Amino acid sequence: MTIAFDAMPPLHAPRKLKMATVSLAGCFGCHMSFLDIDERLLKLLDRVEFDRSPLTDIKSISRCDIGFVEGGLCNAENVQVLREFRANCKTLVAVGACATNGGLPAQRNQLDIGRILRDVYCTQTSSGANQIPNDPELPLPLNQVHPIHEVVHVDYFLPGCPPSADAIWTFFNDLIAGRTPHLGHGLMRYD
Amino acid sequence: MPQIETEQASSSSSESLQRVIAAYAASPFALVQILREAQLLRGWLPREVLAEIARALGLTSAHVQGVAGFYRFFHTRPVGAYRLLFSNNITDRMLGNEALMRDLCRRLGITRGKVRADGRVSVTTASCTGMCDQGPALLVNHQYIVTRLNPGRIEHIAALIEAQVPPSQWPPEWSRVDDQIRLTDVKLGTQPSPGEALAAAIARGRQGMLDDLKRSKLRGRGGAGYATATKWQLCRDSPGDAHYVVCNADEGEPGTFKDRVLLTSYADGVIEGMTIGAWVVGARHGLIYLRGEYRYLLEHLQRVLQRRREHKLLGAAIHGQADFDFDIEIHIGAGSYVCGEESALIESLEGKRGTPRIRPPFPVQRGYLGQPTTVNNVETFSAVTHIAMHGGEWWSKIGTPQSTGTKIHSISGDCERPGIYEYPFGTRIGRILEDCGARDTQAVQVGGPSGVCLSAFEFNRRVGFEDVPTAGAFMVFDRSRDMFTVARNFAHFFAHESCGFCTPCRVGTKLVVRRMEKLQRGDGSAADVQVLFELDKLMHGTTHCGLGAAACNPLRDTISKFRPAYERHLKSLHFVPGFDLDAELSQARLVTGRDDSGAHLENME
Ligand SMILES: Cc1cc2nc3c(=O)[nH]c(=O)nc-3n(C[C@H](O)[C@H](O)[C@H](O)COP(=O)(O)O)c2cc1C
Ligand code: SF4
Ligand code: SF4
Repeated sequence: MTIAFDAMPPLHAPRKLKMATVSLAGCFGCHMSFLDIDERLLKLLDRVEFDRSPLTDIKSISRCDIGFVEGGLCNAENVQVLREFRANCKTLVAVGACATNGGLPAQRNQLDIGRILRDVYCTQTSSGANQIPNDPELPLPLNQVHPIHEVVHVDYFLPGCPPSADAIWTFFNDLIAGRTPHLGHGLMRYD
Repeated sequence: MPQIETEQASSSSSESLQRVIAAYAASPFALVQILREAQLLRGWLPREVLAEIARALGLTSAHVQGVAGFYRFFHTRPVGAYRLLFSNNITDRMLGNEALMRDLCRRLGITRGKVRADGRVSVTTASCTGMCDQGPALLVNHQYIVTRLNPGRIEHIAALIEAQVPPSQWPPEWSRVDDQIRLTDVKLGTQPSPGEALAAAIARGRQGMLDDLKRSKLRGRGGAGYATATKWQLCRDSPGDAHYVVCNADEGEPGTFKDRVLLTSYADGVIEGMTIGAWVVGARHGLIYLRGEYRYLLEHLQRVLQRRREHKLLGAAIHGQADFDFDIEIHIGAGSYVCGEESALIESLEGKRGTPRIRPPFPVQRGYLGQPTTVNNVETFSAVTHIAMHGGEWWSKIGTPQSTGTKIHSISGDCERPGIYEYPFGTRIGRILEDCGARDTQAVQVGGPSGVCLSAFEFNRRVGFEDVPTAGAFMVFDRSRDMFTVARNFAHFFAHESCGFCTPCRVGTKLVVRRMEKLQRGDGSAADVQVLFELDKLMHGTTHCGLGAAACNPLRDTISKFRPAYERHLKSLHFVPGFDLDAELSQARLVTGRDDSGAHLENME
């Protein structure tokens, strides 16, 4: 699947695509898996330029071609960042189980978030002031963790926890080359 | 009432259970019938009853529980002495069943789907009960039907339940089911006297009758339209220890009720067709799979069978033919639409969960008990009887070249004269609408939710396998109806009836329902409509049986023909969440006491 980048450089090199990535309510595992494409990252850099991403440390997003979203939505900030991504990205991809279904963080959906906060901050064993932090700087948690497609329109889903480096590579390779991504057997997996 | 069981009561109920089991010779193949009768003893199936049945039949408890858990009309938890099911087809809806159900729930002091604290009664909905031309309908204890519900009847029903009057003593007028035959042709017209068509078939010889059936070019009336003669020949030619003829009287497709009328008033013709089938394929046993909702027809059908036995039209040496023994048993379903699919039907006949089989082998090769079996629709058998009487040549001249003969339509919805209409194939949709007194019609759903939805510009199309195929339902919608609501009702139907065996259908039908509900709440966007389209594509190619494959038909038809009905439900062209995002911060706001701008999320539209 590396043909697209190994081939002779085209006479008219296409414009580099802009890509942004973010980890919302995720564990960065999907980003780690992304880095696991190893030296192929250099080939990718021939074709894309990173905008907002933990890789660049750019903090705000501008107009992009592709948005890579890891993790679901567990707090108000996640929602705002996701909305910015949707507003700026032509193609938005949900990467990994958390972005697609809520994943591990959604395990808390069985519990009442108010109770969790009280239990964590206001019991004798908890440290400090017996007070739930209420600094306006802190994003408030949502009642329920949501997959990102429940709040914005998502163009593609790349399942897996995390999706393998090969799956990520194949997927974005297709996307960048202008093909509808097709993972097929072996790469498409949900664990 | 919470039942306190004395030892005596439980030992006598165990005796009755043993009697039920013995009546079916403790056959594991009779499990569904045994469960149905066992449930009559207590109104539900407690674990120990299931365990006792498992022991007696030599089955594992897990198997018996699996079967009991499959069928909607079996209950492994108490559902009350009165189990009231409101038929929930779109036609019942249009006749106001929702308000009536709410009213009844209020009078009884219960919430829908929950058993009242005193254990007396529960109320919920069921898929179409086949009374669309005389609804709204109610099914009581899976046994008694109430047609033409109205506020007066609801009030009265509530009072009867409070007074603990058993449903068998409710006013008989309530359970009157009319045939409402409005237009007859060859099948519903003059009937041969019992045995006449059979004699004609026997006179032709087994091969001669098959040849005549071939000439008739009769195609099955159950939906798929497979050539009946070919099916019978394949069955006959398949090697086996025994051959079976099965009559599919499951009639589960919402909006269909013509088989009910055939079984009510033309049962001899149907059974005669089965007997002719047995003559052709060489079967000694026949089975009628009667849907649970038509349980009230059982005694009537038993009487017809008995009378035919007395006239030597069933039993040993029929018509004096030494090598022609044939008899018929009736099997009653338990509220499962997928059991109308022939291989699921056979599984159910064998006392199992109604999961469709992998095909091939087809039932004609390996069907009931692994033996060659022909499964045909009620109306198909009725047609065979008339073909035997008048000849294949005669039949083939009626209708169109590829769809010979007539088709019986069950007409309901917005028209003056709902009921049963028989037309030759090739009849224009518009003609049917005129005849039934439909006015200002915007759409017709032909063939039920699995069929096609036709818009006014298509009313010149014709009924037949070449153009508009149908299994017999014909539901009319005038311009006052919201076609989105119609599609939404059908989406719920398929999700409710999905047997859960394969993921694309089990999950897909639920995803469709969720999107439709999102639209219904007013949170829809163009993106949601697109997702519905994609689900249709996905399910069409990946499901295990026809239920899942057809589940999105109404969706696809209504989106393409009545798109404004959907667009009316859209909030925005852009995607919007299906819930209130700001309310999602309510708990955290409460416990932190914050109300700053960061403690709110704007619900963007
Ligand atoms: C989900 C599903 C439900 C069906 N329900 C019925 C039914 O209620 N009655 C019926 O005759 N055929 C039904 N069929 C069609 C049967 O599988 C079968 O094709 C038919 O009984 C054959 O009879 P015929 O050749 O006389 O048409 C159903 C099929 C599917 C896929
Ligand atoms: S999908 Fe798995 S790897 Fe990715 S963020 Fe979620 S938990 Fe981490
Ligand atoms: S398509 Fe639906 S009904 Fe048919 S086997 Fe699959 S889950 Fe069952």
